[in-house]
Amino acid sequence: MQIELSLSFWETMVNTWIVMALLVGLSAWITRDLRAEMPVSRKQQVLEIIVETMENQISELAGGQGRTYLPFIGTLFLFIAMSNLLTMFPSVSRLLGLEFDVYSAPTGSLNTTAALALCVFFAVPFFSIRERGVLHWLKTYIQPSVFVLPFNIIGDVTRTLALAMRLFGNMMSGGVIVAILLAIAPFVFPVIMQLLGQVMGFIQAYIFAVLAMVYIASAVQVEQQRIERHAEERGG
Amino acid sequence: MELDPRVVVAGLSIIFSSFAVAIGSIGNALGQGRALADALTAIAQQPDASNVISRTLFVGLAMIETTAIYCFVIALILLFANPFWSFFLGR
Repeated sequence: MQIELSLSFWETMVNTWIVMALLVGLSAWITRDLRAEMPVSRKQQVLEIIVETMENQISELAGGQGRTYLPFIGTLFLFIAMSNLLTMFPSVSRLLGLEFDVYSAPTGSLNTTAALALCVFFAVPFFSIRERGVLHWLKTYIQPSVFVLPFNIIGDVTRTLALAMRLFGNMMSGGVIVAILLAIAPFVFPVIMQLLGQVMGFIQAYIFAVLAMVYIASAVQVEQQRIERHAEERGG
Repeated sequence: MELDPRVVVAGLSIIFSSFAVAIGSIGNALGQGRALADALTAIAQQPDASNVISRTLFVGLAMIETTAIYCFVIALILLFANPFWSFFLGR
């Protein structure tokens, strides 16, 4: 019996397309009759709960400026959470006659997680330059002292690598454990491990999004930004 | 006893990749357990701050996990992207 450790090209692509189609389709369907007055539909209320919770969490990390970072961090969280949540459904690849697994989490492939980590790697200077300017971003590399410049640069690269590997390791090992248990003890243990996999999936999505926000916030230095803004409002 | 160098490379890679993960996860588990215990004590002392403490705990756990992830990466490299394996296969 062959347990595939890494996802093939089409497996990753088709599963990613499924997640994308579900996210876009659900959002389009729910926001079709968006209203701002009180009798809003229940679907809109659910969406509002999700978006507001994310915005509050992001605001606490971003010095009150949740809206600025909500599109990027929110999309990261929703994509990773949805792709991990859909592993609940059994595989229909046998029904469709495909030789790869539909559905298996696309975040179980190092390609997807590396792409997401690269998005964060480029988002940090993007947000830092957009909010505070190029000189400020360059100055963050020589804080607290100019001697830590190589460590800051290396730290930037290694934390991106760690982001990718953490998500990949958690998702891939979850799938492999369930596959092995199905072969060895198929009665009740695979279900328990799948439950654990679901919990870990949400936690990993949350950790990924929170870490991305922490990296961006440390480059933008949101606390200083908020202090400066308060000083401006009081003085001006 | 004549040992083919490919056998040596493969065997040692397998054995030591598992050692890498095993020894790497010891320190990680101890550190994360300690961090979690202190976070629980903090939440018990100040339940109002439990949101901030939880979030900080998750970020801290991710930081501590980094070296264990490096050990995992070394194990994966030894098993799936072994630089010496292709050298010996080429010979």
